[in-house]
Amino acid sequence: MRIAVQDTAFDPSVELAGFDACGGGAVVTFNGVVRDDTGDLQAMEIEHYPAMTEAALRDFADQAVARFNLTNALVIHRYGTLKPGEVIMMVATAAKHRKQAFQGADFLMDYLKSRAPFWKKEITASGADWVAARGVDEDALKGW
Amino acid sequence: MQVNVLYFAWVRERIGHGSETVETSAATVADLMAELVAKGPEYEAAFADKSALRAALDQTLVDMDAPLGSAREVAFFPPMTGG
Repeated sequence: MRIAVQDTAFDPSVELAGFDACGGGAVVTFNGVVRDDTGDLQAMEIEHYPAMTEAALRDFADQAVARFNLTNALVIHRYGTLKPGEVIMMVATAAKHRKQAFQGADFLMDYLKSRAPFWKKEITASGADWVAARGVDEDALKGW
Repeated sequence: MQVNVLYFAWVRERIGHGSETVETSAATVADLMAELVAKGPEYEAAFADKSALRAALDQTLVDMDAPLGSAREVAFFPPMTGG
């Protein structure tokens, strides 16, 4: 298992190539990318709680491994200033069969969205706004 | 007792700083919040909508009615937007 919280860019294809399925027959990956909804996004600033972030991500990954019998898991999440189109984060899960790998990745994503201590701020020509949490993301946690 | 209080995102911006040491006799996180609100209008603004706030004790998410106990660090922040 590898957990990384970093301000530097990374290449998901390189990370995937280095991801060991550890005997699993299924690997699922997900990349989150900075989205420009309004067409005038200049940057996204991601703040986090350094003393808490890595431990929280490790806790979610531990839970995912135990619940879905994952053979390996990877979580990389960036903070700092990102441009539209840049990769924010990546999750990879490996399991014996695909359903476990998909579910493990889905579970990790739901927890990353609403329980990992990150806060996004969108910078546009007209100002800066914190991204509001969505009820649908909070509701997704209840399904687990 | 003394606790280190941290603020993140718009809570930090409204208060004007990211951390401070506070002397408190609060029993719970909510009690500490009430003490902080009394410190001034910038705190009132940050804590105006309690339903929009989350808290962590020693880097673990807790409910607002959680006892402070022997926590060294209390953090207040908006709902997270990771992923």
